[in-house]
Amino acid sequence: MPQLPVARRCGALIMSLVETQDMSIRIGGHVALRNVDFAIDAGEIVTVVGPNGSGKSSLLRAIVGALKPHSGTVKRQAGLRIGYVPQKLQIDETLPITVQRFLDLPGRRGRAAKHQALRRVGAEELFERQMFALSGGQFQRVLLARALLDNPQLLILDEPTTGLDQPGSAALYRLIEEIRRELNAAVLMVSHELHVVMSSSDRVICLNGHVCCHGTPDIVASAPEYRALFGTGTHGALALYRHDHDHTHEHENHEGCTHA
Amino acid sequence: MLDDFLVRAVLAGIGVAIAAAPLGCFVVWRKMAYFGDATSHAAILGVALSLAFSLPLVSGTLAVALIMALVVTSLSGKGFAMDTLLGVMAHSALAAGLVATSFISDVRIDLMAYLFGDILAVAHADLAVIWIGAALVTAVMAFRWSPLLTATLNADLAHASGIDPKREQLVLTLCLAVVVAVAIKVVGVLLIVAMLIIPAAAARPLARNPESMAVGAALIGALSAFLGLRMSYVYDTPTGPSIVCAAAGFFILGLMLGRFRVRAH
Repeated sequence: MPQLPVARRCGALIMSLVETQDMSIRIGGHVALRNVDFAIDAGEIVTVVGPNGSGKSSLLRAIVGALKPHSGTVKRQAGLRIGYVPQKLQIDETLPITVQRFLDLPGRRGRAAKHQALRRVGAEELFERQMFALSGGQFQRVLLARALLDNPQLLILDEPTTGLDQPGSAALYRLIEEIRRELNAAVLMVSHELHVVMSSSDRVICLNGHVCCHGTPDIVASAPEYRALFGTGTHGALALYRHDHDHTHEHENHEGCTHA
Repeated sequence: MLDDFLVRAVLAGIGVAIAAAPLGCFVVWRKMAYFGDATSHAAILGVALSLAFSLPLVSGTLAVALIMALVVTSLSGKGFAMDTLLGVMAHSALAAGLVATSFISDVRIDLMAYLFGDILAVAHADLAVIWIGAALVTAVMAFRWSPLLTATLNADLAHASGIDPKREQLVLTLCLAVVVAVAIKVVGVLLIVAMLIIPAAAARPLARNPESMAVGAALIGALSAFLGLRMSYVYDTPTGPSIVCAAAGFFILGLMLGRFRVRAH
């Protein structure tokens, strides 16, 4: 089944930022993902959920170009600027590197641009600090700052709140949301925090080796495939979503499309 | 000036120290020490082969070091336990090299010279080989520094920036083979890894950035070569091991200074 983004289904002629067609990925002989049709449009927040080993990171890595599809295609818009925050980046103490030098990789940046990116994520005081000495939250902010340096059209975040406590991850998600609004960038992220997913995503893709189900959060939450994977009472996430209608969900531009 | 064997020895030592410094940093950062051992121990097999076929020493060692490095690279990330595999290959290569040299009966070879180096016997041609090799490796490292560093931090991050981490790994592998081939005369196969790792590790506590660690390692390596030679000359100690001892002294000094600096903060 073709899983085109909402905008496309509405008939708008917008070229997606990234589009995969019937993409399958193998890692070491094992099929990590099969027949994935996926696309993301400018300004959208799309969250990928799924159990461990369901191919979430593989999807992101294929979009970034770190994995080559075994079959099918990945099409990126020409000249697309991607800001990428990988999962599990660790900097060992054997490698001395200051935050500002880290922001210079792989290409040198102006001092002002580095300061500005750090200020944007509320981490300007870390400029001369050693990377290995940062706390989990500080580290994620620096990674986010690095991803912002290119003024990305698409931010790709692989479990950005891994290792953060509840307030820390809430703050990071707020920051991501703010940045997205400022840059009008699309965000594609993997998250395990279902209540966040449900409240802040435009679309949710539920993976389990293939695309189980997809759509707006409420559609996915009520999909039997999703319930089979996550149950109905997962951390009260669904209940939380369903009763939390007193704020807006940025669905405005899609309204009347998906439910038509 | 170059006619003085001591001057040639110092120049050879400094050449190797400079080439080994940035590469040694990557060996430390990427935890490739055993990889270096496997490559350098294989070089003794290269020595045996060059002698058997009357080829220049550097060609045989370079060829075998390259083959070893490429074999290890291709096996890595294929589900083998790397340290076991490298342990097997490093020591098998060394043993095979030693056995192979015993078959070469018509050439009297001084095995010790290849195991521990013979820097005082560096001839003009050797010096040229060392400096050409060192210049080549240093140039490659300087040229590819940023992509190498990015790939060392995280493979996916490198991919996202259009850098192929496999290619960067190959660059390091090739450089390692070159350094092994040129350093064999200076410190010998058993101590090449020491010249890679110890100066880099000694520079670590004093460095704030990757570049300063590499430059520090080069200075410490060059100083170690100089001091080791001096010690060897004055006390008649074996030269290669003396150089490594000097480097070890800098490592301890670096640790102490690093502690002091941490406390001063």
